[in-house]
Amino acid sequence: MKPETSTPAFVDIRQLHVTFTGGKKPVQAVSGVDLRVQRGEVVALIGESGSGKSVTLRSLLRLHTEKKTQISGQIRVGDHDVLSLSQDQLNRFRGRVASMIFQEPLLALDPVYSLGQQIIETIRRHENVSEAAARQRALALFERVRIPSPERRLQAYPHEMSGGMRQRAMIALALACQPQLLLADEPTTALDATVQIQILLLLRELQKEMGLSVIFVTHDIGAAVEVADRIAVMYAGRIVEEGPARTLIREPRHPYTRALLQSRADGALAKGQRLETIAGAPPDLTNLPQGCAFASRCKMAAPECSATRPEVTWLAEDHSIRCLLTQPQHQPPQKA
Amino acid sequence: MTLANDAVGGSTQPMLSVRGLVKHFPLKKDLLGRGAGVVRAVDGVSFDVFKGETLGVVGESGCGKSTTARLLMQLITPDKGELVFDGQTVGSKSLPLKDYRRQAQMVFQDSYASLNPRLTMEDSIAFSPMVHGLPEREAIERARDLLERVGLAPQRFAERYPHELSGGQRQRVNIARALALQSRLIILDEAVSALDKSVEAQVLNLLLDLKEAFGLTYIFISHDLNVVRFMSDRVMVMYLGQVVELGDSETLFKHAAHPYTQALLSSIPTLDPDRRTETPPLAGDPPNPINPPSGCRFHTRCVHAQAICSEKMPVLALAQHGQQVACWMHVAGAAHTGAPDAQGMFKPLEVAA
Amino acid sequence: MTSLNAAASPVLPLVYERSAGYWETVGRRFLRDKVAVGAALVVLLLMVLAVFGPWLAPMDPYQSAMLKRLKPIGFEGHPLGTDELGRDMLTRLMVGAKLSLFMGITPVVCAFFIGSLIGITAGYTGGWVNSVMMRTIDVFYAFPSVLLAIALSGALGAGITNSLISLTIVFIPPLARVAESVTTQIRERDFVEAARASGASAFTIVRVHVLGNVLGPIFVYATSLIAVSMILASGLSFLGLGVKPPEPEWGLMLNTLRTAIYSQPWIAALPGAMIFMTSIAFNLLADGLRSAMEIKQ
Repeated sequence: MKPETSTPAFVDIRQLHVTFTGGKKPVQAVSGVDLRVQRGEVVALIGESGSGKSVTLRSLLRLHTEKKTQISGQIRVGDHDVLSLSQDQLNRFRGRVASMIFQEPLLALDPVYSLGQQIIETIRRHENVSEAAARQRALALFERVRIPSPERRLQAYPHEMSGGMRQRAMIALALACQPQLLLADEPTTALDATVQIQILLLLRELQKEMGLSVIFVTHDIGAAVEVADRIAVMYAGRIVEEGPARTLIREPRHPYTRALLQSRADGALAKGQRLETIAGAPPDLTNLPQGCAFASRCKMAAPECSATRPEVTWLAEDHSIRCLLTQPQHQPPQKA
Repeated sequence: MTLANDAVGGSTQPMLSVRGLVKHFPLKKDLLGRGAGVVRAVDGVSFDVFKGETLGVVGESGCGKSTTARLLMQLITPDKGELVFDGQTVGSKSLPLKDYRRQAQMVFQDSYASLNPRLTMEDSIAFSPMVHGLPEREAIERARDLLERVGLAPQRFAERYPHELSGGQRQRVNIARALALQSRLIILDEAVSALDKSVEAQVLNLLLDLKEAFGLTYIFISHDLNVVRFMSDRVMVMYLGQVVELGDSETLFKHAAHPYTQALLSSIPTLDPDRRTETPPLAGDPPNPINPPSGCRFHTRCVHAQAICSEKMPVLALAQHGQQVACWMHVAGAAHTGAPDAQGMFKPLEVAA
Repeated sequence: MTSLNAAASPVLPLVYERSAGYWETVGRRFLRDKVAVGAALVVLLLMVLAVFGPWLAPMDPYQSAMLKRLKPIGFEGHPLGTDELGRDMLTRLMVGAKLSLFMGITPVVCAFFIGSLIGITAGYTGGWVNSVMMRTIDVFYAFPSVLLAIALSGALGAGITNSLISLTIVFIPPLARVAESVTTQIRERDFVEAARASGASAFTIVRVHVLGNVLGPIFVYATSLIAVSMILASGLSFLGLGVKPPEPEWGLMLNTLRTAIYSQPWIAALPGAMIFMTSIAFNLLADGLRSAMEIKQ
C-alpha cells in the first residue's frame, strides 16, 4: 500500500540495510527494503539464494550476531521499535509478539527435551502460569495443529516424530504464547509434496483463526500463492516487485518476476521445448553494481539501467515495482 | 566427439530391464534380541527403460527411489532380482560388472559432496576413463572437451577446485563426469533439486541438449512433479518400496489411475490465487518402510479401500489409458466394487513380482 | 547448444587459469596466524639445535669438573650454571636437544605410518574386518599410556631402541582410531560412491580419493602427539628405562638433577623448562595447522 493512503501498518519496515562484516569483504545482504504488513495479512517474500529474504526475516527478531552485523533503518512491529529494544525487551518480544518457524525442525528443536517440555517452558517463560495450566495449553495447541494422539506426542522427542509432525510441533511451539506476528522461513521446503500441502493449509487456517500477520519466506512460487495475500519478490537485497498475489501471478511487470514465472517447468510446455532461462548468475553481494542489480541479466535492459538504481514506482494503489522501464519517461521496448 | 554407441540388442530391446528387485536392510537387534526388524526399502520392483527415453521416477520419503537408483548402479547389492542391460544380464560373463559400469553412470543430488575437494575439475572427470585404461593425456583431453560441452570454458574451469564453483557449475561438472565413460544410461538422482530455480532451468536445458547430442537414456528421479513432467517421456510412481503406477507422462498427469498418484498430483500447489487448494488430498505422513501394511500398502490411507485391499497385494495391470497400475480397482473381476468385471476390456499384465 | 560462456572462441588460448591448490591455501592461512608462525619458528630453532647442537655448544657436554658442581645461573663461564657433575648446563641442554627431539618425533612418525595403515584399511573395508581390527586396537588403547610404555619398556629391556619401540606401540592405537574415524566419514561421501560407480578398484579409490583427504587430519593429530611422546620418553629416562647416563637428554637430566632441587632449584628446573617449551611449541603448531586446514566453503 502506498504509505500516505493506508492505515498504519502492523509491521512497518523502512529502509532496512543489513551488512555482514564478518568476512574479508562486507556483504550487503539487504540494501533498502521497505515493507508493510497489515494485521491479519499474509505476505510472501520470494527470491532465490542471495536475494536477502531470510536475512530480512531474521532481522525482525534481531537474530543476527550483533558483532558481525550492521543494521540500519527502522523496523516497527506494533508499538515496538525492534532495532532499539534492549536485550531484556527483546527476549520478551520474541515468542510473545513475534515468533518464527524454520525450515528444518530437527535443527530448530532441542533434541534432549520432549516437545511438551519445550512448549511448557516457553509458556512459563513469558507468562505466569502453573505447570499444569501450561500443560493444558500445550495439549490444546497440539490438538489445534492436528497432531494425532496429542497426549502421547507431547512426551515424544523430536527425533521420534516424522517430518510433517515435527513441523506441526514447531508451529505449535511458535504459537504457544499467542504471538501477533508469525515469521516462517521456508517451513515447507524440506517436506514431501503431500505433507507440504497439509502444512500450508494448516498455516492458512490458523492464520485466519488467530488473526495472525504472517511473513512467509520461500523460493517456491506455488507455495507462496497457496498462502499469501500479497507477494514481494526480492533480488540482490531489494524488493523489486510487490503486490497482491493475483496481480503478481497474472500481470507481473518486473522483468525478473516475469522471467522467474516463465522459467518454471509447468507441464504446459511442449515436449522437447527448452525452458526460458535467465542468463548469467546472481550478483556478488560484496560488490553490488551501481545501477539496477538485475541489469546485466535483463533482456530489456537499457543503458541507463546500469547507471541508476531504480526507486519505487507505484503502478497501482497496491502494486509497486523497482524498474526504470516502467517509469513514465522511459519508453518500454516492444519485445516481450 | 561422438560416443561409442554399441547398440548390441537393437532398437526394440529395452536399455534396462529390471525384474523383481528386492532390498531389505536389517535393523540391529539389541542384546535381548528385541527390535529386530527389516526396512523393506525396495520390495519387488520391475520395470523397463527403453532406449532413448527419459523415465521419470517420483515418490515421497520412504518410497525407495534412491535405493532403487543405487541398486541399478550396483552400489548396493540386491537381495533378489535381475538386471538386464541391453539384452545381457549384469554381472554375467557377457557383461561383467566393470563393463556395465562403463555403460551406466549416475549424477547425485549434492553437487559439492560429489566432488573430491582435493582434485581439480579436469582430474575429477578424467578419473574414470583412466580407471578403464585411457592414458592420462587423452583422459585430460576428453575431460576438457566435456567441460566445453557442458558449458564451462576449460580455460576458466579445468584447473579449479570444487569450492570455487557455484552449485550449478558443480553440477555441470558432475554431468560431464557421468559422460566421461561414454555411457548410454544416465541416472539422475535429484540432480537439480538443490539448485536455485533459475539455475535449475539452465541445467535442465543442458540435459536435454546432451541427450539429443549423444543419444542418451535417462532415469530422472525427482520429487518436483512439474520438472518430472517436463523432462520425462514415461513416469513411474513409487510408494513404500513398490511401483504403483507406470505410464506415459502426459497420460499419467492428466488421467492418473492410482489413488496415490491422484493424491500426489493434487498436492502440487496451484498457481492460481483464485483457485487455491481447500483440503489436503492426503492425510498423515508417508509411512515407514519397516512394517508396511498388509496387502496393498496404500490401503491405510486410501479413500477407496475395501476388504480385498488389506488382504492381497495387487500386481501391475493395464489401466484405462494404457498405463500400468497396481490397484484392485483396475483388475478385471477383482473383488472390489470399483473394478471392471471379468468380461472387461482390461487384461492384467503378468509381471513377476 | 546452450553455452553459458560467451568466450567460446575457436582458438583456445594456451594459458589455463590456475587457482591456489589446497596446500597453497593452507600455507597462506597458516602464515597469517601469528601464534602458529611463532610456534613454527620455535620448532625450527629446536631442529637447528638438534642438528647443529654439538658444534654450536660452547663446551664439552661430557667434561665434568667436581670442583664446579651445581654452580648457579650466571656463574662465571657458565651462563646457565653447572649440573651435579660440574658439566656446563647450557651445553648439555643444547646438545640434549638432539636426543630429546629424536625420542619425541621418531615414535610418532613410525606410529603415524603403521596406525594410518591399520586405520585406513579398517575404515575403508568396514564390516567385520573393521570390527576385529578396531576392537584389538581398543584393547591397547584401554591402557594408560604411561603404564603401557613402562610395561613394554620393562619387558623389552632398557635402552634407546627399546624405548622407541615401546613408545611407537603406545601411539599406534590413538592414531589408528583417528585414521579409522576420518576414513569412515570420507567413505560415505558421494564422491567416493561416484568413484565406486565408475568401476575403480578399492586400492585406486583409496589412493586417489581417500588418502588426500584423510592424511591431513591424521597428520595434525600426530603433531599434537609429539609433545606427549617427549614427555613419555623423558619419563622413561627418568625411571632409568630409556636413555642411559652420561648422554645428555632432558628427561634423564631431570632425573639426575633431582636431588639438586633443594640446593639449586633453578638448575633442576631447566631441563623441565625445555621440555615444556618444546611441548607448547608443537601443540601450538598442531593447533595452527588444524585451523589453517579448516577451509570453510
